Amino acid sequence: MSKSGAIMVLGGGVAGVQTALDLADLGFYVYLVEKKASIGGVMAQLDKTFPTNDCSL
Amino acid sequence: MEDLEGKPGQFTATVHQEPRYIDEDKCTSCGTCTMYCPKPVADFYNERLDVTRAPHIDYTQAIPASYYIDAKECLRVNFETCNLCAQTCTAKAIDFSQKPAKHKLDVGAVVMAPGFGRIDQEVLEKFGYGKYPNVVTSLEFERLTCASGPTEGHVVRFSDEKAPGKIAFLQCVGSRDESCGNGFCSSVCCMYAVKEASVAKEHEPDLDIALFFMDVRTQGKGFDDARKRAEEKYGLRVIRARVPRIAQVDGRLGLSWTTDDGESHSELFDMVVLSVGLCAPEDARDIAGLAGFELNHYGFCKTSSADPLATTRDGILVAGAFQGPKDVPESVTQASGAAAAASEMLADGRNTRTVTETFPDEDTELEAEEPRIGVFVCHCGVNIAGVVDVKAVRDYAATLPGVVLYENTLYSCSQDALTTLAEKIAKNRLNRVVIAACSPRTHEPLFQATLRSVGLNPALIEMANIRDQCSWVHSQEPEAATEKAKDLVRMAAAKAALLQPLEQPTVDVTPKALVIGGGAAGMTAALSIADQGYETVLVERSKELGGNLKRVRFLLDGADPGKVLKGLVKRVKKNPRIEVRLKASVESISGYVGNFTTTIAVGKKTELVNHGVVVIATGGQEYRLDSYLYGESKRVLTQLELEERLARGKTGLRNVRNVVMIQCVGSRGEDLNYCSRLCCTQAVKNALRIKELRPETDVYVLYRDMRTYGFAEDAYREARKQGVIFLRYDPERRPEVLKVGRGIKVRVFDRLLGEDIDIPANIVALSVGVAPGENDELSKIVKASLTSDGFFLEAHAKLRPVETAVDGVYLCGLAHGPKALDESVAQAKAAAGKAAVPLAKGKVPVAPLVSHVDKDKCIGCGICEKLCPFNAINMVKEGKRKKAETLTASCKCCGICASHCPVLAISMGGFTDEIIMAQIHAFGGDGCGQ
Repeated sequence: MSKSGAIMVLGGGVAGVQTALDLADLGFYVYLVEKKASIGGVMAQLDKTFPTNDCSL
Repeated sequence: MEDLEGKPGQFTATVHQEPRYIDEDKCTSCGTCTMYCPKPVADFYNERLDVTRAPHIDYTQAIPASYYIDAKECLRVNFETCNLCAQTCTAKAIDFSQKPAKHKLDVGAVVMAPGFGRIDQEVLEKFGYGKYPNVVTSLEFERLTCASGPTEGHVVRFSDEKAPGKIAFLQCVGSRDESCGNGFCSSVCCMYAVKEASVAKEHEPDLDIALFFMDVRTQGKGFDDARKRAEEKYGLRVIRARVPRIAQVDGRLGLSWTTDDGESHSELFDMVVLSVGLCAPEDARDIAGLAGFELNHYGFCKTSSADPLATTRDGILVAGAFQGPKDVPESVTQASGAAAAASEMLADGRNTRTVTETFPDEDTELEAEEPRIGVFVCHCGVNIAGVVDVKAVRDYAATLPGVVLYENTLYSCSQDALTTLAEKIAKNRLNRVVIAACSPRTHEPLFQATLRSVGLNPALIEMANIRDQCSWVHSQEPEAATEKAKDLVRMAAAKAALLQPLEQPTVDVTPKALVIGGGAAGMTAALSIADQGYETVLVERSKELGGNLKRVRFLLDGADPGKVLKGLVKRVKKNPRIEVRLKASVESISGYVGNFTTTIAVGKKTELVNHGVVVIATGGQEYRLDSYLYGESKRVLTQLELEERLARGKTGLRNVRNVVMIQCVGSRGEDLNYCSRLCCTQAVKNALRIKELRPETDVYVLYRDMRTYGFAEDAYREARKQGVIFLRYDPERRPEVLKVGRGIKVRVFDRLLGEDIDIPANIVALSVGVAPGENDELSKIVKASLTSDGFFLEAHAKLRPVETAVDGVYLCGLAHGPKALDESVAQAKAAAGKAAVPLAKGKVPVAPLVSHVDKDKCIGCGICEKLCPFNAINMVKEGKRKKAETLTASCKCCGICASHCPVLAISMGGFTDEIIMAQIHAFGGDGCGQ
């Protein structure tokens, strides 16, 4: 049997979301699994992000 | 995840999904359910500082853009009563019949990105949290400074809801603290505290803010600079001390601390912010147990410095804070790296499971009809509607020529609003759309996709930015802001009427990569691209592969760098898809993403290579100096030279009684304006090695801030235990290396004694840091800019950390900035992953706004060719004259050519002279012209 073209990413924070986006761009089907009701993780709670202090969302 | 079976390439994961009790497809995010629900619940998104109801959405922009019901709190779910939400939901989206679901997912690989956990409440209580109301966590403070937070951005203390006068930030809460089991450094808190303090000062300029650091660890790229600027601009007080003690005194908070000159201090504050650290996720053990990989002693994922993205189980990768505390840029980098690693493993499966999005054919007939414009004026919640009278703007739009539909939307970018937009376009046969909302830079692609979905060319939309340009900048003048919004909408409608469909060309990609630099980063990138299935040419300037890694003798995690290096070199040489060119350099690069042609000089010959992408991995170099008696005394070495000597074992330390290490030689403002990031860990590593080889040798480390971030903090603590003496110095009083007869000594100001002390030294090891390589020439060749420090500049520090501003050119390793081996490897994989995207797609889209030369009008003067900053215009001979021609794939749509053409022969798609004149007339015709 050949290798699957799908990947599971566990966790939908900034790392998980970026992994999922890149994998999709690379031609893979992605299951993004998140515990909470929305993706974004802790970064979505941040007002600004350093060092440039632009909006986190 | 409940289970993971199978083997790499063919896993089956069992995933349990809880019901949302609200149908995502039906929910319109109107919020009625929240309004009617009688059950208050803590708003976790706002750190429980606010209250919401059982049915809610975490935050307005949340994805999925649908509400859900908190099942633990819902009266209907738990007691079969209430049901008010279901009765009031007009969309009939509430569905209590939903059951938990189980999914069996066939996947080839798994990427673990569960993030980080929270520091125990008990640990926070040691600092008065829970006991004193005005002691808050940094995440709570984050919500307080946020305009969409519970106080709308007003910083208040909880005891009386009044603005605090003085705030103290306490660092290392739950980090660098063995008593709570977290001996590691959380790496991000120093910088985020500076950020939070800066944001607070922007909101309330009169605040007095003090930050208590043990060491100031702002070692990221550009962080020291940002911190210094913040300290100066906002007058932040930086106090170096161990974490102070805290007590409540007359309703205020009394802090007492001791500085390293032995002095005791105390001061009253109104509010204390605890900079809480990042610990392992609470469910790390469960996940690791189910998936069968190992954790480290702190409960984070166990990885090695040679392969930081691999767990101990094949086929399972890791990214983000679960691999170790890290910030956003590094998390994003690791994420792209993990994607590349999965892409290597599953290269055969690429494109076997994906589906291609299809769009209906363009309705060219409708597009050619007289303009039928729809204007949609967005509330953006209260973001726009709180200032601008959006209903008046909408009604005004009705009076404009060509407008057949005019409406308001609450959030035009939300999924349900986009669906409605598509329906309205189709129903009203609109052929031009104006969205009066926010910035096209961030949101235009969304609306363009909506147009495509109903068979309209994406160029037929125009946005009026009535948020940034009206409600935000004129928040104090609602009437004037409303008038300006009308002006912008009138201009946008005038433009929309003249918009024409634009072609969306794509160009084919040469499926080959060029990697410049054969060190650890370059080799890793080349291997990853090759393993993902694409040919790679690896160019190395010197006569052999290896770069700086050749000089590293030990790694903190015990791995043998020599073996790591040999392994990489062997794999590169063996890989049939990699061609290595040694003693080679890049002479010139022409072309654009997908179609580069590069001239490589190999020895005396030159060679042409066609390729689709470029990865810059040219490395850095040990900083060279002629001070501190370096070069004059054989006893003065760099850390790498010391490392070389320690590699000889005990003989390297014969008769060595005293070793003095000096940190930040060159770095942090002495000559180089930045922190070299790796020297503190390197010094600790070498100090421990000395203690291992010859325990009786005294080792002194003279430092400014020990920046042993992450798990390297363990080694720092171990070095202290082993008797290594750490002395902090001020940059104003740097240590001196002096000659004494045939020997040398180091003079340093001892803060505790308050006087200079002399330390005799058999060896002085200078932590000289990392200087940029000779990047100037390559920077000009590839047109990728450098930072003021001489490293290559990334396109965006957080969102695009391994891309340059030039499409198709990526960067990694020391060429980007100083970093440790594991970080270089992760970044190299990330660059390889990003570089493989155009290779995997086979085609790259070209922006449709590109310049277009009307050859009949062109007089061949060549001004445009000279001015174009992207080399996107060629002069091509046609008959007797030369004519300008745009290389569409290189064009960045800046419009410089069009604005300078003396005969107006160049036009920009969507920005023709006719359109711009129409907008100016629309502006002047009503209001300003009268």
